[in-house]
Amino acid sequence: MRKTAGKLINAPWLLLLPYGLIFAVFIIIPVAAAVILSFTYFNTIEAPKFVGLENYINLLTTDTVFTQNVLPNTIAYAVFVGFGGYVLSFFMAWSISQLTRVPRTIMAVILYSPSMTGGVLVSTIWSVIFDGSQSGYLNYLLLRLKIIDQPVQWLQSSDTLLPVMIIVALWSSMGVGFLSILSGIMNVNRELYEAAHVDGVKNRWQEIIYVTIPSIKPQMLFGAVMAIINTFQTSGVGVSLSGANPTPNYAGQLIGTHIEDFGFIRYEMGYAAAVSVILLLFIKLMSSGANKLLSENEDEAAES
Amino acid sequence: MSTRISKNKIKSFGMNPARFERGQLKIYLYMIPICIIMALPILFIVMDAFKPIDELFAYPPRMYVKNPTLQNFFDLFDLTSQTNIPMSRYIFNSIMATALTVVLTIFLSASAGYVLSKKHFRFRSTLFKVNQLALMFVPVAVQIPRFFVIVNIGLQDNFLANIIPLLATPTCVFLVKQFIDQLPDALVEAAVIDGASDFTILRKIIIPLIKSPLATVAMLAFQSSWTSVEASSYYINNDSLKTFAFYVTTLSNQSGNVVAGKGISAAATLIMFLPSLILFIILQSRVMNSMAYSGIK
Repeated sequence: MRKTAGKLINAPWLLLLPYGLIFAVFIIIPVAAAVILSFTYFNTIEAPKFVGLENYINLLTTDTVFTQNVLPNTIAYAVFVGFGGYVLSFFMAWSISQLTRVPRTIMAVILYSPSMTGGVLVSTIWSVIFDGSQSGYLNYLLLRLKIIDQPVQWLQSSDTLLPVMIIVALWSSMGVGFLSILSGIMNVNRELYEAAHVDGVKNRWQEIIYVTIPSIKPQMLFGAVMAIINTFQTSGVGVSLSGANPTPNYAGQLIGTHIEDFGFIRYEMGYAAAVSVILLLFIKLMSSGANKLLSENEDEAAES
Repeated sequence: MSTRISKNKIKSFGMNPARFERGQLKIYLYMIPICIIMALPILFIVMDAFKPIDELFAYPPRMYVKNPTLQNFFDLFDLTSQTNIPMSRYIFNSIMATALTVVLTIFLSASAGYVLSKKHFRFRSTLFKVNQLALMFVPVAVQIPRFFVIVNIGLQDNFLANIIPLLATPTCVFLVKQFIDQLPDALVEAAVIDGASDFTILRKIIIPLIKSPLATVAMLAFQSSWTSVEASSYYINNDSLKTFAFYVTTLSNQSGNVVAGKGISAAATLIMFLPSLILFIILQSRVMNSMAYSGIK
């Protein structure tokens, strides 16, 4: 008996150790290093030099690309792709949950499959449609319909790159979060709906607000975190679509690509680390917001 | 009175209905067009992959293929036969890296998930909270310091750089832990009384019960590894250690100017995309099952 007790004390750490080690080396240390490097000037050749808040001050005052392109682009992208993609995920999941098993499964596969393409395949897949010549599918269609007189350089023009990026990212936004929400909706207890109808819920809109969303709050929160991650994880889409970093006229520049630009192209690692820290704060802020919003939702439902 | 009316309505309201009802028509009416739009970009690539050269550059462009051919696939293989590294090498690297990533991720997330869910020790909930917080640390944000970590531990220009960084998957550990939470503690306690070690409990009791979340983990690990270009672009200079995903990106970058690359990069894209799709179709019912426990509480 004593032997087992001894094992129990040691064993949890042993089984947790492999993951814990990798987690520490590739997540904890890089995050800590990003924070430390963000206070230095570091060009990878000389040793990092402490510069205090200079990187952050430069970022907010002299980096016009950041304040005039990257920041507004990122906010627009986050609203449309993050929030829009999230709402869309819920709406699609809610819709197909009301279908019978076989068509529902087929639709779930179709909706989920774009998220499997990853950053790599997106550009080849979409360049067929957004090809800048007159034989690109979209250009050809619009020329035929006489909506445009000349082929549009969708991926190189600073007017169209960001909207195209948003469309492409929305297309691939029904990922794990979507599956989680779908599964959550499927498992809502039917009696809750019946009880709600007895209590006077009249239409589907009220059903969603008072029954569905409060019942699947954990999945909604997981879906929100996944939507936020997806937003920033796909930030390279502008670079892979236009084939250049920086993107033409910085039209498709997002925080993620700004980091790459300074880190791996200009080798200003301290500055890139400062941008990384801003990005992490941005993500934390968004998910705290989602957390707060969803817990308030539940309280409201409980009160009514 | 109103109660009776709404009760009649419930009939058509249900989730997961057993059979077709007229109320579902509305949903089909908008979901079918949405699904067609969602599937179109991928269908175009499938068509392009099988188009002969004259159809690829025909004007006006035709979306479907008239005389399907495998020429693009042969050209793709020929393209690399002139270079030092044959395409089979890239594919071999990808298969090796992906297989190892999937197996190791399953093992790591099963053991970490089990410990975080069923073992009682200090800091357990803190550790889990840190992992949950780390869901948000997107690789894009930590790529700069990660690069230095990889250089400092000697993983640069090492095949393992394709694998090890991808094993830090807070999402997978999170999903497995949430699923194990709903298994009764009595299962583990009984085995402990019988004198089973933690490793035995994990292997004989827990793993057979958590096949659903492990299927999800396998799928996620497969997708992240199969499409990953991070290691090949930043950590590995030796071309013979790079992956097929990376090779595909070089193709599409080149073919942006060289028109002849259009069919070839479509063929390569199809080779990249199909394994993920097939795997998801095979695993989808298990994945959906595990997703029911995926919530953040």
